[in-house]
Amino acid sequence: MDTGQTAEEFRAELRAWLEENCPQEMRDSGAGEEDICWGGKNWEFTSEAQKQWLERCAAKGYTVPTWPRDYGGAGLTREQEKIFHEEMDRINARSPLQSFGIWMLGPALLHFGSHEQKLHYLPPIARGEIRWCQGYSEPGAGSDLANVQTKGEDKGDHWLVNGQKIWTSYADQADWIFALVRTDREAPKHKGISFLLIDMEQDGVETRPIRMISGISPFCETFFDDAKVPKEQIVGEENRGWDVAKYLLTHEREMISGGGQGLSGGGRALGAVLAETMGDDGLTDATLRADAMRCEVDALAIGLTLERYKDQSEAGQGAGDASAMLKYMGTELNKQRHELLMAAGGSDALEWDGPQGNRAGNWLRTKANSIEGGTSEVMLSIVSRRVLGLPG
Amino acid sequence: MTKLVLTEEETMLGDMARGFLDGAAPVKAFRKLRDEGKTFDAKLWKEMADMGWAGVLISEEQGGSDMGYAAANVIAQEMGKTLVVSPFLSTAVMAATALRQVGDTRAKDALSKIASGDLTYALAIDEGIKHDPNATEMDAKADGNGFRLNGRKTFVVDGAMADRLLVLAKTGDGLTLFDIPADRAGITRDASNMIDARDAARITFDDVEATGDDVLGQVDSAMSVLKPALEAGQAALAAETAGLAAGAFGMTVGYLKERKQFGTLIGSFQALQHRAAHLWCETEVTASAVLNAGRLLDTDPGNATLAVSLAKARATATAKLAVIEGVQMHGGIGMTDDYDMGFYMKRARVAAEWLGDYSYHAEKIAALRGF
Repeated sequence: MDTGQTAEEFRAELRAWLEENCPQEMRDSGAGEEDICWGGKNWEFTSEAQKQWLERCAAKGYTVPTWPRDYGGAGLTREQEKIFHEEMDRINARSPLQSFGIWMLGPALLHFGSHEQKLHYLPPIARGEIRWCQGYSEPGAGSDLANVQTKGEDKGDHWLVNGQKIWTSYADQADWIFALVRTDREAPKHKGISFLLIDMEQDGVETRPIRMISGISPFCETFFDDAKVPKEQIVGEENRGWDVAKYLLTHEREMISGGGQGLSGGGRALGAVLAETMGDDGLTDATLRADAMRCEVDALAIGLTLERYKDQSEAGQGAGDASAMLKYMGTELNKQRHELLMAAGGSDALEWDGPQGNRAGNWLRTKANSIEGGTSEVMLSIVSRRVLGLPG
Repeated sequence: MTKLVLTEEETMLGDMARGFLDGAAPVKAFRKLRDEGKTFDAKLWKEMADMGWAGVLISEEQGGSDMGYAAANVIAQEMGKTLVVSPFLSTAVMAATALRQVGDTRAKDALSKIASGDLTYALAIDEGIKHDPNATEMDAKADGNGFRLNGRKTFVVDGAMADRLLVLAKTGDGLTLFDIPADRAGITRDASNMIDARDAARITFDDVEATGDDVLGQVDSAMSVLKPALEAGQAALAAETAGLAAGAFGMTVGYLKERKQFGTLIGSFQALQHRAAHLWCETEVTASAVLNAGRLLDTDPGNATLAVSLAKARATATAKLAVIEGVQMHGGIGMTDDYDMGFYMKRARVAAEWLGDYSYHAEKIAALRGF
């Protein structure tokens, strides 16, 4: 994009590009989870159109529109990004690529990585060639995340990593993992952690899926048994990984809080979806309708709050601990939304892959929203301490 | 692109308003007014007019400051924080917006007087216990070249003191808005003894004469004038309500940091911390809806209904939570009249009903969102 372009010029050019390049099959953003393109070495495209769409977007930097062009992005401004999403929504275009590399590692690398690291790691993420997963939690470190026990022994040119990570989302399909590893066992809890990038294609890294209440296994356990990690594969300074982790958590929270976003802005109203579910009579259940209205009011206002914080941070006004607030409000809303979808579905929604598709599975999945990335209670404690200044 | 962030001017306006109101109209000034049985402070209103607040929506040609709806909301929000009593919403926001839709000589003259603080208005719209302009039964029967108004209005905020009334009545093929002096023959005003100690009245119209000149806008099409006025009022009321939620919240968090029980500050109890944190989250989300409503009224007033209803619904719900939690976290002292929290609770309840309650606005949103 030319930086001198007006918003209208950018929109017109983008619209023409989308018209020409977005395959018809990719214009169904309402498609289910199985239609998401995650990329990675082992990725099997579900269609030629999916492959084409990813390649075309990647060539323009549109898989990561706001990243700098040097690192695989399109260098869009916030205003252009907004237009980008509006135009994508307008034709119902699917997102060409989703990944933890885009949502989480990318922002952390952009902030903490060296120029060489950015050049090395970011473009393969943008092109969907390498799929990343997150190695944060451990069996003994859930809400108390800094209680990391996985250890990295200094062996001169590399660390020897041993330990266990849990809730490593899609680790069984990932190529690399970014992990918190204790590299100084003497230092205080938060001071001895390093943020390491680990190739999973080596002896000593093993992954097992965990079967969840939703019947699927998006989460895994990952075991490190004398895994070797070269010294240059550290982000930020040695033993300062907690800074990176915190920064990345902020992005994770924003991502998870986006669960409420589907209801706002261009998204369809919950009440309309519920009405459709309930058949020809529509939303006649007065209690359900009232609940849906409250949910809609909150969803719209939370969507505006996401906008407001983006505008604030662009205007250089710090949004403070907004991510904790948005994560809490967004995930609680999403849980509520799925409760209503289940209620509207009645007995049809009670079957695995029944007449309502995977409605029950999705409902159960949302219960993790207020746990992963910091529980709702942890979010409230963060607000209480950092925003309200209440005594610890 | 409409930015959901306060401009430098708006931030300055808010700071200035807070500075002025902390000195001239803190909560204790409201308490004094209530104790004296008064519902209007003429000196305060004149000072506000001198600062350009009465003319916030009036063009400079008519002596206004013409700062726009988002700015009006900034002022209203600050007023809410200290429970300021003034005809700002009725007169400076709603009547001014209605008069601006017309723009004839008479309307311009009225706008000049509003801007200078010399003329106040009240909106006589509702007749039942819930806000519903479309349920208007009051009759304005054609009589020669004019009309005769018969009927009753209730919950007319600022209705006991206002100089003029905007009266909604049924005419031949629809609803018509009349702009008449409040002391015209046949009008009886009964001040209501309101829980929030502010001015509201029940008004009876007994064969009140109105001429064609008294019609604001066109006969049978009140809504072209009234709808923008009501939406402006609803947005400003949402802002004021958000302000009062913030005021109650500030008191509550302050109390959590000073009150000791069981030998420790009660703010160290996680049960209270989480409730306070939740309340803060709600106030943040509501602030976005309020800011958005002001922005839309300034940039795209014809399409502001959803944004306005969203702001009013959210502010109503948030203020309700803020005052309930406020009283509960204060404990017994929160129940006493000597303490200010009760004022916030009563004001929030009145604000919840005025210009449409939560259900009224949620229904509007549902309709606009297709269910």
